[in-house]
Amino acid sequence: MRITRKPFATVLVVGALAVSLGACASGTTRPSTGSASPGSSTSGEITVFAAASLKTTFTQLAKDFEVQHPGTKVTLSFAGSSDLVTQITQGAPADVFASADTKNMSKLADQGLVDGTATNFATNVLEIAVPPANPASISSFADLAKSGVKVVTCASQVPCGAATEAAEKAAGTMLKPVSEESSVTDVLGKVTSGEADAGLVYVTDVKAAGDKVKGIPFPESEKAVNTYPIATVGTSKNKELAAAFIANVTSEAGKKVLRDAGFGTP
Amino acid sequence: MIKRSGYYGIPRWIYVIAAVGGLLMVLPLVAMLLRVNWPQFIPLITSDSSIAALGLSLRTSAASTVLCIVLGVPLALVLARGEFPGQRLLRSFVLLPLVLPPVVGGLALLYTFGRQGLLGKSLELAGIQIAFSTAAVVLAQTFVALPFLVVSLEGALRSAGSRYEAVAATLGARPTTVLRRVTLPLVLPGLASGAVLSFARSLGEFGATLTFAGSLEGITRTLPLEIYLQRETDADAAVALSLVLVVVAVAVVGLSYGRRRSSAPAEVQP
Repeated sequence: MRITRKPFATVLVVGALAVSLGACASGTTRPSTGSASPGSSTSGEITVFAAASLKTTFTQLAKDFEVQHPGTKVTLSFAGSSDLVTQITQGAPADVFASADTKNMSKLADQGLVDGTATNFATNVLEIAVPPANPASISSFADLAKSGVKVVTCASQVPCGAATEAAEKAAGTMLKPVSEESSVTDVLGKVTSGEADAGLVYVTDVKAAGDKVKGIPFPESEKAVNTYPIATVGTSKNKELAAAFIANVTSEAGKKVLRDAGFGTP
Repeated sequence: MIKRSGYYGIPRWIYVIAAVGGLLMVLPLVAMLLRVNWPQFIPLITSDSSIAALGLSLRTSAASTVLCIVLGVPLALVLARGEFPGQRLLRSFVLLPLVLPPVVGGLALLYTFGRQGLLGKSLELAGIQIAFSTAAVVLAQTFVALPFLVVSLEGALRSAGSRYEAVAATLGARPTTVLRRVTLPLVLPGLASGAVLSFARSLGEFGATLTFAGSLEGITRTLPLEIYLQRETDADAAVALSLVLVVVAVAVVGLSYGRRRSSAPAEVQP
């Protein structure tokens, strides 16, 4: 016997499913209720997409910004720069993009998704990271090429790997890494866990790792400086607030936060 | 297997939800197919780094499948037929990698076999270094793939029952002979499908390898790691390689499912 209410139940279930699927799909969208009174830069919400290496500094900068601009909300999303570019080109709702290299910013600009021009706001250089006990007694870049030294680097496809190649050229020393990782965090992980004798990471990573690793600066790193650009995303719905946030990053106070974390000024 | 009772009354709305579920599985694959750069497909998947990654993946997956069989068959036997304290606990632990995020498995392996790990120090004294070697890849793959073999085989052992073994034993066969001549031939289809699933899981292993083994062309950079890296610069190459992995996985799973179906009637013959 057929119960007449069945079709209704079908509609109900399918409808609920569709709603929940829709909710999934829009999971990354910030609540657009944002109450942003357009034209006012002192309220509303923005989403900032920033390179993974900016996590600590940008978390601080966003907090400062919210305090200075009551009524605003800054949502942060951190990932590898190329991942973020992919996400933005696929329609992710970003208002500000801060990249760990100029290449990825150009990639976004080529898609017509950068509003105006990008501003360079920080630089970063490589440093040798070794376990605190420095088991392989590394003291220079050339030491990394000694036989038996387990050195881990970034793969040439990612920004820190490109910087590593530049440093190798500048030093005239070719490294034979035991592993070429796809992110600088993976390199650092191999050093902090003691698996590797040394790794090439950014000076800011060494600083952030505290006493878990020891940093050894090397002069050749000057030839491989990474520049960090920041820009308003073309599709931003709150460009004024985005510009205010960028101004905050490039202000004296912002520069100090970055400097304290080990970043250089461009 | 279960006899069909002749009742096919699946409510119609179930079909609707099932269709949504099916789409959720199929649609992403279709979307990927649409993104493949077909004119460049062959050059992309035959580049030196792609070939090296594919070769390494196939070799390590084969090795870890063998390791899964060697270690998994006794484990499944003990779990299905044995009786000892802590049996249920052991089963939970064997199944754990199924639900554990692979990166957690990688960390656990690191703290076991790494240079500073539980066994790593002794291994290093013995002149064995596992970190950053192909052995580390095989170890990571075995860790995540073993449950698939154990689960399939344990299920096969339980549904096969032990009547034949009992007969063989009363006829004077020793336990090892019973195992070799009766039990293993009986559950061979289950073992085969378990091995195929382990192979497929090994082929797709990513997180534990990345955490534990590192990433170096020809040594530790398997196909999933190569895809992850290529994605940074060359999305076309990443998609092309992903398709290769999908095709291999579909073939492997299809093979296993086909076997199970064709072998099913044999299992119920009295």
